[in-house]
Amino acid sequence: MKSNKKSKKSIIARLFKNILEFYPVMFPVAVVCILFNATISSIPAIFMQNVIAIVEDSWRDGNWNLVGGKILSFVGILVTLYVLSLLSGIAYNQLMAIITQGTLKKFRVKMFAKMQTLPIKYVDTHNHGDIMSVYTNDIDTLRQMISQSFPQLLLSGITVFTVFSIMLYFCLWLTIVVLLGVIVMFFVTKRVGGGSAKYFIRQQKALGRMEGFVEEMMNGQKVIKVFCHEEESKADFDIINEALFDDARKANRYANILAPILNNIGNVLYVFVAIAGGVLLVTNAPNVSISGLAMGISIVVPFLNMTKQFVGNINQVSQQINAVVMGLAGAQRIYELVDEEPEHDNGYVTLVNAREENGQLIECEERTGIWAWKHPHSSDGSVTYTKLTGDVRLHEVDFEYEEGKPVLHDISLYAKPGQKVAFVGATGAGKTTITNLLNRFYDIADGKIRYDGININKIKKSDLRRAIGVVLQDTNLFTGTVMDNIRYGKLDATDEECIEAAKLAGADGFIRRLPDGYQTMLTENGANLSQGQRQLISIARVAVANPPVMILDEATSSIDTRTEAIVQRGMDALMEGRTVFVIAHRLSTVKNADVIIVLDHGRIIERGNHEELIAQKGQYYQLYTGAFELE
Amino acid sequence: MIKDLARSIREYKKVSIITPILISLEVVIECIIPFITATLVNKIKDGCDLKTIINYGIVLIVMAFLSLMFGAIAGSTAATASCGFAKNLRKDMFYSIQNYSFENIDKFMTSSLITRMTTDVTNVQHAYMMLIRIAVRAPLMLVFAFVMAFVMGGRMAWIFLVVVPILATGLIIIIYKALPLFRKVFKKYDALNSSIQENIKGMRVVKSFVREDYEEKKFEAAAEDVCADFTRAERILAFNGPLMQFCMYVVMIFVLSFGSYTIITSRGLDFDIGQFSAILTYNFMILSSLMMLSMVFVMITMASESAKRIVEVINEKSTLTNPENPIYTVSDGSISFENVSFKYSEKAERMALANINLQIKSGETIGIIGGTGSSKTSLVQLIPRLYDATEGVVKVGGVDVRNYDLETLRNEVAVVLQKNVLFSGTIKENLRWGNKDATDEELIEACKLACAHEFISQFPKGYDTYIEQGGTNVSGGQRQRLCIARALLKKPKVLILDDSTSAVDTKTDAKIRKALKEYMPKTTKIIIAQRTASVEDADRIIVLDGGTVNGIGTHEQLLAENTIYREIYFSQNKAGVQSEIK
Repeated sequence: MKSNKKSKKSIIARLFKNILEFYPVMFPVAVVCILFNATISSIPAIFMQNVIAIVEDSWRDGNWNLVGGKILSFVGILVTLYVLSLLSGIAYNQLMAIITQGTLKKFRVKMFAKMQTLPIKYVDTHNHGDIMSVYTNDIDTLRQMISQSFPQLLLSGITVFTVFSIMLYFCLWLTIVVLLGVIVMFFVTKRVGGGSAKYFIRQQKALGRMEGFVEEMMNGQKVIKVFCHEEESKADFDIINEALFDDARKANRYANILAPILNNIGNVLYVFVAIAGGVLLVTNAPNVSISGLAMGISIVVPFLNMTKQFVGNINQVSQQINAVVMGLAGAQRIYELVDEEPEHDNGYVTLVNAREENGQLIECEERTGIWAWKHPHSSDGSVTYTKLTGDVRLHEVDFEYEEGKPVLHDISLYAKPGQKVAFVGATGAGKTTITNLLNRFYDIADGKIRYDGININKIKKSDLRRAIGVVLQDTNLFTGTVMDNIRYGKLDATDEECIEAAKLAGADGFIRRLPDGYQTMLTENGANLSQGQRQLISIARVAVANPPVMILDEATSSIDTRTEAIVQRGMDALMEGRTVFVIAHRLSTVKNADVIIVLDHGRIIERGNHEELIAQKGQYYQLYTGAFELE
Repeated sequence: MIKDLARSIREYKKVSIITPILISLEVVIECIIPFITATLVNKIKDGCDLKTIINYGIVLIVMAFLSLMFGAIAGSTAATASCGFAKNLRKDMFYSIQNYSFENIDKFMTSSLITRMTTDVTNVQHAYMMLIRIAVRAPLMLVFAFVMAFVMGGRMAWIFLVVVPILATGLIIIIYKALPLFRKVFKKYDALNSSIQENIKGMRVVKSFVREDYEEKKFEAAAEDVCADFTRAERILAFNGPLMQFCMYVVMIFVLSFGSYTIITSRGLDFDIGQFSAILTYNFMILSSLMMLSMVFVMITMASESAKRIVEVINEKSTLTNPENPIYTVSDGSISFENVSFKYSEKAERMALANINLQIKSGETIGIIGGTGSSKTSLVQLIPRLYDATEGVVKVGGVDVRNYDLETLRNEVAVVLQKNVLFSGTIKENLRWGNKDATDEELIEACKLACAHEFISQFPKGYDTYIEQGGTNVSGGQRQRLCIARALLKKPKVLILDDSTSAVDTKTDAKIRKALKEYMPKTTKIIIAQRTASVEDADRIIVLDGGTVNGIGTHEQLLAENTIYREIYFSQNKAGVQSEIK
């Protein structure tokens, strides 16, 4: 519990530190404006009191000239104060609006930027809905806290402090009565407000569960229809919905009843102060106060007004408790994401443009079409250049996703530049895992992988990945035009280059038939396209990137074979001169590979070209002939 | 629209009505209390004895207690009413969606449905609570304070007739300017969030193209855009508080200067000291309730967008309905298409299927093959009446599918969809979707037929293995086999496999087909496939091209006569033929 409190404190401190970093001038100015506004707003009461006192004393005389000057000079001061209060009020309201939205934006960008640096494992092991919720729900709770709770707490805090000082100035005894009342209010707030916060957090969780359930059901809605499962899913929904209702109702109930309870404790307190004042007056008790004023009506009456003000402000503070508790919980999740360990990269070998002169590679700025690995050697300070060719070798590679559960054993293979290597094997044999290791989405446990003779651990990840193009089974397209999506492979590609790449991938035909051709907007991962069409675009995307090594992971699985046959020519052209790793179920895609690797439970059990493997009559032969078994 | 929404209040109608009544009582007491306290203060000023103070104190405590009671109960009922209303809204939406046809489902994007059921409902819930609490409280306070100001404050109260219109105009201008901005920004905000989602899902693509910086820049620009608009809207709204303060100050200054003057010069005749403080007391009440009212207005207007989106879902009527006197039995698995044409929406220009005539005998195995976009899926979806044919008649067991009870038809015609899903839950639970009363033995039998038993028994927990949402912890091929087993458990008269073995290796694929043939001889089997190998052994194969039947026949017939079929076949088998020749 203590550590929890401590961590809450550190979150608050960190939050303020961050806001201060974001707005080193604006934020302090806003705070000063709030403080100024709070102080200046509590002064007019004194002058008002003075005016009223003068009027009370002199209205029977009816002589305006006698007191008019005094009254008007007080009013003049008041006007000045009001103007200042208004100006500072407008200033801090405007500033806080800017600071709040700006801070939220900066947090969003910070999180997003951080997310880009995280290892792929993060996305693989976290529920996507949970990650999303940090960007939406948690950011929202921060908004409430920064824009409303923070200024309100500051304002009320100052007012409570000033009023309390004035109270002490007047009378200690009555102050004690008020203090007792405040203690009661504090405990009530803690209990009721705490309960409310607890249930609000539970409500957030229940809401998350509901969202998860609805998402799952909506995604499977067609399956539900096909299996006439509507009634069952309604029943499941009702249970989750009821639970959410229960938490939401409790949270809101606690939140709703806090204000009337505190208000009326305030009313009761008012009565007690009045009675205490009466007792003090009647018994003529000696007064203890800073001012040293004797007990009298002139003390009791303003005291009663102050009690009201005091209670009102405490009520204001308590109304913010929920927002603060939820805001802190949100901030905590935001920081969790921001603090995630980024992907490590100790690579120092980089990819540079090069020019060949007398058989020597020379680094240059402009694009030459020739790339080289720039390899600085720390021992003697020299730099060597190796031409990028696409030679990939794996030496006795072992790998496990989770400790103690090895997925790959002792994998050794090589692909010379321009060769095509195909992986075949049952699902779960480790085909995709190998490709995950090549571009270092995951790091190997044991063994070595070399690219053009360089250990890939020495290569800067970004350069390594630039040298390997990937087409995945689950295609991901981004919101934007078809052209934008193809250009994703090479950001400075011209329209012509993109169209050329689409032609190469065999995607040009269908793209031209789309309503707006290459300018057709794609949304929701290209929901308006078929799976096969999406795959074609993702092939075009990698074609425009023009990498020397390509990984095609079930890249053509959803393209029907007839289209595939048409695409095949493009694919062949695409693969020409490149080192290609292919994963495919369709043996027709695999057959003309230079090497076929048959995997089983993370081990290589057969390797060779199609003819060799057929002749070998092993697993591959069985797989291949399996399709003809029934003939 | 309000009427449609209000239908969802149902059992929470009572608390929804009680709440404003309780609130009104609370407000009345709340307005009387300052009146009594003011009297008390006056008594103390006049030097009353302790007994008078205690008497007033008792009255005040009783009132405080009453106010507390009404306030607390109202708070509780308001919570019940608004949360209950939200619950019913979610329920009505979900139930309505369950009744959607495929056509309805196609119309809404999943992400949009989720937002409607969460964020939008929450917005309406808040607005509803506001409506039954504050929207009653604020005007009541306003009226009461106004009346009190005139009764207690005398002539000086006329100042409110000047100030209130100023404040009201100011508030209206603020709302008028801020609201459209908010509407605009919420749309952008949605887009921003969906771009985050896209990034998370496509992280592998981002990383393998090394586009982290690009994504960051793109996101930052979008975030900046949202931020700029949001800030503008918030800054306009931020004038609310100072505006109210301004009006309050104007009243104060006026009363303090002109009021003092009047009191003194008229010797309290035209205006007295009691009226003086009354005006100051009710000043705050009047203006703050007016501001509350404006906030309620903003909230409700913003929520009305959400409400519109909710009603859209609830009011969407299913395009498929059960016939009036449905037939509850399907005699056999024969299927016929009579001059069937089909398009997905009325607006679609092109027919997805044109003039299809087919006769399929019960127990036959039919393969369907054709290129992407040749409407293979559209064709089979008409059989279990997932969509209705636009023209012509589809018959199962000799009866028009539109005459069957939907549930009966779909239980007899099992489809394994192309885009198939498993749900979070154990394997057993997933399988029992097919037949909730199936015994463990039946489950195992179905899994054996679908070649799923082997890998399931290899899992440490076997059939009790928990499937994660979306079936992410089993491979694509395993998922497909589980989906087939799930459909087999229905023991249907017609079984449709829509490219359901694309991720299963050829050998297993063949094994599954063989098992189906042997163990389900009476069931009509329709197999859509990419590979000719998957349909070669079918009794007949239908070649579809651009929504029309290009050829029907056995493998040998088509190989001899049909160009498309031949092309597909050779594209897949050329190398094989060559190697055999070798």
